[in-house]
Amino acid sequence: MIEIANHVALISRRSLVRTARQPGTWIPPLTFPLILMAVNSNGLRAATHLPGFPTRSFLAFFMPFAFMQGALFASGIAGTDLARDIDTGFLNRLALTPVRGGALLVGQIGGAVGLGAVQAVLYLAAALAAGVHIDAGPAGAALILLFAIGTAAGFGSLGLWLALRTGSGEGVQSMFPLLFFLLLISSMNLPRNLIEVTWFRDLATINPVSYLIEALRSLVIEGWNAEALLLGFGCMLALMAVSMVLAARQLRLRMTRT
Amino acid sequence: MSARAQGIVVEGLVRQFKGVLAVDGIDLTIEPGQIYGFLGPNGAGKSTTVHMLTTLLPPSAGRATVAGFDVVADGPSVRANIGAALQETALDPFLSAREHLRLQASLHGIRGERRLRLQDDLLQRVGLTQAADRKVRTYSGGMKRRLDLALALIHGPSTLFLDEPTTGLDPQSRAALWEEVGRLAREEGVTVFLTTQYLEEADVLADRVGIIDHGRIVAEGTPASLKAEIGRSTVEVVPESSAELHRLVAILGRFGTETAARPGAAAVRLDGKGGLADVVRALDQEDLRAAAINLHSPSLDDVFLAKTGRKLEGAAEDDA
Repeated sequence: MIEIANHVALISRRSLVRTARQPGTWIPPLTFPLILMAVNSNGLRAATHLPGFPTRSFLAFFMPFAFMQGALFASGIAGTDLARDIDTGFLNRLALTPVRGGALLVGQIGGAVGLGAVQAVLYLAAALAAGVHIDAGPAGAALILLFAIGTAAGFGSLGLWLALRTGSGEGVQSMFPLLFFLLLISSMNLPRNLIEVTWFRDLATINPVSYLIEALRSLVIEGWNAEALLLGFGCMLALMAVSMVLAARQLRLRMTRT
Repeated sequence: MSARAQGIVVEGLVRQFKGVLAVDGIDLTIEPGQIYGFLGPNGAGKSTTVHMLTTLLPPSAGRATVAGFDVVADGPSVRANIGAALQETALDPFLSAREHLRLQASLHGIRGERRLRLQDDLLQRVGLTQAADRKVRTYSGGMKRRLDLALALIHGPSTLFLDEPTTGLDPQSRAALWEEVGRLAREEGVTVFLTTQYLEEADVLADRVGIIDHGRIVAEGTPASLKAEIGRSTVEVVPESSAELHRLVAILGRFGTETAARPGAAAVRLDGKGGLADVVRALDQEDLRAAAINLHSPSLDDVFLAKTGRKLEGAAEDDA
């Protein structure tokens, strides 16, 4: 166990260092969501006048979008880095060491998780500076950070699976629009009960991203909503578990060492 | 028996990929401390063989032991005793040489003072001490290959696999790498399995050579014995005057059997009745002026040609 933990730490360290040394990798995830958050919270402010809208602050309502978009970037980072390792043969180099497949995977998302943590702190700080009030208090803010990091890890694991499946950075990046589409057909811009178009509302209802967003949102604008939190955390853990299982299975196929 | 005292034994090794037989029943034995050159054109099965022997690919059939451990049943033990510098340099462009060595050593359980000492020693041996803290993406091809070799050696393996290690290197870097590989085998008793498509590399470095084509070993032995197997040297002479060609053929005929030559020249395969010096002396005595005299010793390319009917250089293009 100690050896496995040590290997996870070593691979994570490498992943973090690599991510930190690629500004082109972490500048967009830190800035684009903030820009979109600022633009949309001003442009869609009138939505707060809709009967039944849960808050007077559209920024408070829309804030979780930044965390979700950041998590999608995490999938790209983790996946692209692993795809590069496959392409350059570095995965073979790691395969020739005593490192186990599971430790390799968990370590590989180290960079994405690290960036996810920085993103979460930045988005939360920006929102608080812009006047957003966290109804769930400091404990809620801490849970927001934890949830955001977990979501980054979940999407990061999805990126690993895509990398192992496709073996190419282009393959990973080509999935980004699909993942972004999931974000668009969610309760990102309106509460589900206020979405008038039936098919859109139905899609948003079956879309797990809606529950991820609503869990975060509930901490900001409602306080402690057990149902929203359970659904959101459940979806987050399911995402992590399913992605990791898929990635582990794909790693066994790709790293066919005896 | 320690791992360093055991070499490589391969019996009937086969690897098939969806109907393509990449390796078609290879048998070989490499003594500990030997440098074995595995020579063949692109697509012959060299890298596939290396991947099987380094446990990265399970064989479809057959058996192999490396450093005394079965490559299928004892994968982890094999990996603990081998180092490999594969065809791709497999480096992270965003890490420095020192960071690479640190990661590799740590993953092999080497820590603390011992790790630092090994890092510094290897950096010095491969000539990367000055560049140790620069990111690898700033390195030349030769520097990357040297780092690749250092990474393969950090944990003190008894067996080293080098898959076309000097491809793309300048002559100076190539010579430096050869020197280090030779030293490893000579002074540290490391068994080296080296694949190459460069005849000179196999000729200079290898104690024994196996020539592979279409997944099968077509010839095996020391470079000298393989070349001697297919014949002696050939002398080709171009007379200053084309009118002297018939007389030239008669003179050369005293030293061996006539063989194919360029237009306007005559050639003979020496059969032990004399060497180049004797031929030159005879031409001088007969007052026959030569515009050019070429001595052609058999090469491994000639061995490949004799065994397969094709030249090694260009064999891959022929198969494409």
